Amino acid sequence: MKIAIPVNEDSMKTTICVSFGRTPYFLIYDTETKEAQFLCNHAASSQGGAGIKAAQMIIDNYAEALLTPRCGENAAEVFKAADIKIYQTKEDRLHDNIQAFEKGELSLLNEIHPGFHNHGGN
Amino acid sequence: MKIAVLSGKGGTGKTLVSVNLAFVAEHSIYIDCDVEEPNGHLFFKPKEIKNENVSVWIPFVDGKRCNGCRTCVDFCKFNALAYIKDHLFVFDEICHSCGGCVLLCPQDALSETPKKIGEIKKGSSDHVTVISGILNPGEASGVPIIQSLLSSSGEDSLYTIIDCPPGSACVVMESIKNTDYCVLVAEPTIFGVHNLAMVNELVQLFNKPYGVVLNKCFEGFNPAEQFCLENKIKILGRIPFDHQLGTVNSDGRIASKEIKRYKDLFTDLLLTISEEA
Repeated sequence: MKIAIPVNEDSMKTTICVSFGRTPYFLIYDTETKEAQFLCNHAASSQGGAGIKAAQMIIDNYAEALLTPRCGENAAEVFKAADIKIYQTKEDRLHDNIQAFEKGELSLLNEIHPGFHNHGGN
Repeated sequence: MKIAVLSGKGGTGKTLVSVNLAFVAEHSIYIDCDVEEPNGHLFFKPKEIKNENVSVWIPFVDGKRCNGCRTCVDFCKFNALAYIKDHLFVFDEICHSCGGCVLLCPQDALSETPKKIGEIKKGSSDHVTVISGILNPGEASGVPIIQSLLSSSGEDSLYTIIDCPPGSACVVMESIKNTDYCVLVAEPTIFGVHNLAMVNELVQLFNKPYGVVLNKCFEGFNPAEQFCLENKIKILGRIPFDHQLGTVNSDGRIASKEIKRYKDLFTDLLLTISEEA
């Protein structure tokens, strides 16, 4: 199963990024083959709608689940339409979260925030 | 004559100055362009209000024609479109109504459909016509509301007072672009001066004649006054830091209607502006 995770650096030793839409990288990780691919998040510099663009990229890379500390409502709507489940990360380190997911210890993210849009004026 | 009242910082006294200038004029139109939080109507309490909806155009997808080429998804700078499981999704609140996706669609699968983003309320209060714009929460931009407001003012009154939104962004530019004179309201704080400098640059960019009203003046050093002196900006008037004024104003009453010295102050201010413009 392919999972997507927002991370701060393109290394397996990295940590989870607190922002979903504006994370610098996404890890696409295959839990069966252990294959890891880091994607540069082009949505990070978007003027708006970063969450939607980031979600589109994850879908286009065939991930079936997302592990993230939080997620905005627009991105969540995209994932819902694509039948992608969102799990909430627990720890700071990437490695610990992958292990927790594989053991079935992560629960579904049930709190979707309304977004942090338009701060600082437009 | 169209007079815009603006300030970089919120809470410096734009509405106080706008409302009182409109009140002391014999016949005037007061337009509240602060569409995210219009409050001028609280002072005028206008009657015989007429509502008018304001809409923008957003894309509408014909699912049978769309072949998933994603030209629109890739084009949209605001990422208002996503293509998921053979369906194109439009995120209305993110769309800035540029119409680019509709123009570019090679399949003619996109058309435009109206979406209400707010409204305009027009009423009257004694000798003042009061027009307020209201943007619905969550919408991308107040510019379409301001365009409707300024084109709907219609009849040529001697004075049109435009109460601008705070800041110096697009909504402010839209509010001032067709005005004859700009009044910058400034308070005596460092933060206030920082934002006064930003609107000062803006009105110069727009080549507008302008001057500053110093609000909340008290004894001692006034950084906003120093900024005006250093930059040779005309000081149009001074409003004191006055408990009575604060009380009347926060109670939603018009100071120049109730207090003689404020009637005189704003009458003088309007006269000074008329001479400057």
